[in-house]
Amino acid sequence: MPQSDASQPLLRARGVRKIFPGTIALDGVDFSLQAGEVHALLGENGAGKSTLIKCLTGAYRRDDGDILLEGASIDPKGTLDAQAYGIGTVYQEVNLLPNLSVAENLSLGHQPTRFGMISGRRMNADAREVLAQYGLDIDVTRNLDSYSVAVQQVIAIARAVTLSGKVLILDEPTASLDSHEVKMLFDVVRSLKQRGLGIVFISHFLDQIFEISDRLTVLRNGQLVGTEVTAEIDRVKLINMMLGRELEQEVRSHGKHHAAAGEPRLSFTGFGRKGSIEPFDLSIHAGEVVGVAGLLGSGRTETAEVLFGVAQHDSGEARQDGTVLSLTNSRQAISAGFGFCPEDRKTDGVIADLTVRENIALALQAGIGWMRRIPDREQKAMANDYIRKLDIRTPDAEKPVGLLSGGNQQKVMLARWLVTNPSFLILDEPTRGIDVGAHAEIIRLIEELCAQGMSLLVISSELDELVAYSHRVIVVRDRQHVAELAGYEITTDNMVRAIAAPEREAVH
Amino acid sequence: MNARLLPLLATLVIFLVAYAICYAQYPAMLSTRVIGNLLTDNAFLGIVAVGMTFVIISGGIDLSVGSVIAFSGVFIAVMLRDTGLHPVVVFALLLTLTTLFGAAMGGVIHFLEMPPFIVTLAGMFLARGMAYVLSIDSVPITHEFYEVLQRSYWLMPGKGRLTLIGGMMLIVFIAGIMLAHRTRFGTNVYAVGGGVQTARLMGVPVGRTTVGIYALSGFLAGLAGIVFSIYTSAGYSLATVGVELDAIAAVVIGGTLLTGGSGFVAGTLIGVLIMGLIQTYIIFDGTLSSWWTKILIGMLLFAFIVLQKGLVWTTGKRRMAGG
Ligand SMILES: Nc1ncnc2c1ncn2[C@@H]1O[C@H](COP(=O)(O)OP(=O)(O)OP(=O)(O)O)[C@@H](O)[C@H]1O
Ligand SMILES: [Mg+2]
Repeated sequence: MPQSDASQPLLRARGVRKIFPGTIALDGVDFSLQAGEVHALLGENGAGKSTLIKCLTGAYRRDDGDILLEGASIDPKGTLDAQAYGIGTVYQEVNLLPNLSVAENLSLGHQPTRFGMISGRRMNADAREVLAQYGLDIDVTRNLDSYSVAVQQVIAIARAVTLSGKVLILDEPTASLDSHEVKMLFDVVRSLKQRGLGIVFISHFLDQIFEISDRLTVLRNGQLVGTEVTAEIDRVKLINMMLGRELEQEVRSHGKHHAAAGEPRLSFTGFGRKGSIEPFDLSIHAGEVVGVAGLLGSGRTETAEVLFGVAQHDSGEARQDGTVLSLTNSRQAISAGFGFCPEDRKTDGVIADLTVRENIALALQAGIGWMRRIPDREQKAMANDYIRKLDIRTPDAEKPVGLLSGGNQQKVMLARWLVTNPSFLILDEPTRGIDVGAHAEIIRLIEELCAQGMSLLVISSELDELVAYSHRVIVVRDRQHVAELAGYEITTDNMVRAIAAPEREAVH
Repeated sequence: MNARLLPLLATLVIFLVAYAICYAQYPAMLSTRVIGNLLTDNAFLGIVAVGMTFVIISGGIDLSVGSVIAFSGVFIAVMLRDTGLHPVVVFALLLTLTTLFGAAMGGVIHFLEMPPFIVTLAGMFLARGMAYVLSIDSVPITHEFYEVLQRSYWLMPGKGRLTLIGGMMLIVFIAGIMLAHRTRFGTNVYAVGGGVQTARLMGVPVGRTTVGIYALSGFLAGLAGIVFSIYTSAGYSLATVGVELDAIAAVVIGGTLLTGGSGFVAGTLIGVLIMGLIQTYIIFDGTLSSWWTKILIGMLLFAFIVLQKGLVWTTGKRRMAGG
């Protein structure tokens, strides 16, 4: 029986403070979660959302403030404690262990035992049953790292759900999920809500916030801005609350018209790799942005990897300004002036222990060789330049990247490739996990870069975004390039149709 | 097939091939006598290598075990010489001591966030030093209970003898396998090896697990010390120098990743047996210098590290293509 007694919140935080060296991450924040509601937590990158979650669940020691569960004061000393109170959490960082099996990951800490011995058979059967609710039918005895990031994310969510008797906390769970998986997740969330759980949901996708949440709380610079009922607030007001200012954003309904003049800078013909992407043709002019749209796992990332030589192509040829280019590995790609900012910043991205400055200088330094060290002063100037341009929230350039908020780490990663000033830059999901304000900055930056003559290939799940900056859009489905839209044809509707359309019924 | 079973399988194949080669040259090597000796001679190494397997799976290292074995021998010998205590009581005292010693190292590693390499290196000097303090000379053990222990064995078919200490090693291995794969503690060890930070966020009691791992290693080093004293009938502070490295070698040859997070206790048993087999072969041959043992083990180790690197690389590659 869900207790919707408004006077008694299920989970309540009062005056929570958390201070990191150089940053006040939370400054007396109040938060209350009712049973049977989905409560969204919003704010810019570095606003303190993840920190609040970690203080609530005991992953961080808070410096001040109270936490009350059903009116009684609690003080979880760690995640295990929080789990014992019935609070299950999916943290923003890596959540599971790649070296354990799927079933072990799901059951870690509460494995079914008989006479003190883990019953492997029961553990696996339970795991299969749990995952079936999410439409996942996979071999649960295999190591977690044999599955894609999206599947891992679903498993992380499934684990948190099984652990949450009263409260479920999801910190940007949808960042690497496609729309189908998001829908599945929302179904689960709704049914948990029916059962009277309180759910905290963090996301930068405003559409998702409006779809799923009942109330929302906005943080800015570690302070509470306010709590509102979702149905009574509109987008503009919400963005205002988050940023503390108006967002000047040009809304575009279709792509830019751009008569590509002369010879293309790069042309790929019959480029492909067996088993990962069918051969495709692609040409890119100087100052042109080509967008890539498609579902997760459709071959978008594979396209980028083949172009950059991360995965070697086995058919076709590449030409740069008319001359044939050998692209069998990424070293050759880099020396041809290519840059590639990959999708998964956790595995091939930022180096957590290095400072912001070092991370930004990394690719440039690697390009000119480690013998010729870039002077500190120059590195610092470069770092500060991008900290300003991308609005990276950090006290200074010497902070280890691992201590920045998730979205700000993503910005550092982007800066790393921008400083190398490539002639052809591939961006895979550049705005994942980035707040609305910075989102607009990045779109502006992409336009600026292409005005300077850089060629870009941008992969994104956010179709609005593709419309905003692309001159052409390639649609990928089932590991094949199925359609190409240009200029006025680039609309979200056309893209959705091309992504969904069965074989023959392409857009043109 | 699960890719993580591959190193274990490789070890098993190497062992079988090596044994087949030995058998082709000296058919006598397939007798239960040789097998019995193999188990007896390597009992102390096997026992300590089980502890080392847990440590390495958790992403750590324990350099103190060789010294702890030497200390154990001297401690037992001196206690039996100077006090009237029964060996069983001395054993219990010793095991408590070495377990606490391991636990203390684990505590320092966890709570002071010190690298295991440094902490256990200090432990290594400390234990060896304590052994010297007790006695510089080799102290013989002459207790009738020891003779009973040394004389008890099970006669296998074919006249081979499974001695008490050989059997003890097998029991430790079985217990180790159960502990690793069938208990929550075991899964926690793998979890810590997979990533301390993530493990903590998933609710693994990291501190308790780390202390437990080094306590286990200390306990097994003490047990190996008892076995070694039964094997040699003496305690000597200069004994078993470098045994920690032999144990690490056995663990790695057994297919456990030095980077932590992946490995098998069963693999370590095969690792120990491969090392013992090489030694036995050299004894059978009679003309080869015993240094060949070291050379062959060195080559095997190198081959395994390359194999593991290759494996990590190919699985990483495959994931990329599949993502
Ligand atoms: N372990 C840490 N040490 C030092 N500073 C930290 C640490 N964790 C977070 N911070 C700082 O606290 C602030 C809040 O970070 P937090 O991760 O809570 O942001 P967030 O709202 O989750 O942002 P995002 O949307 O980017 O995930 C940031 O300025 C960050 O740099
Ligand atoms: Mg965050």
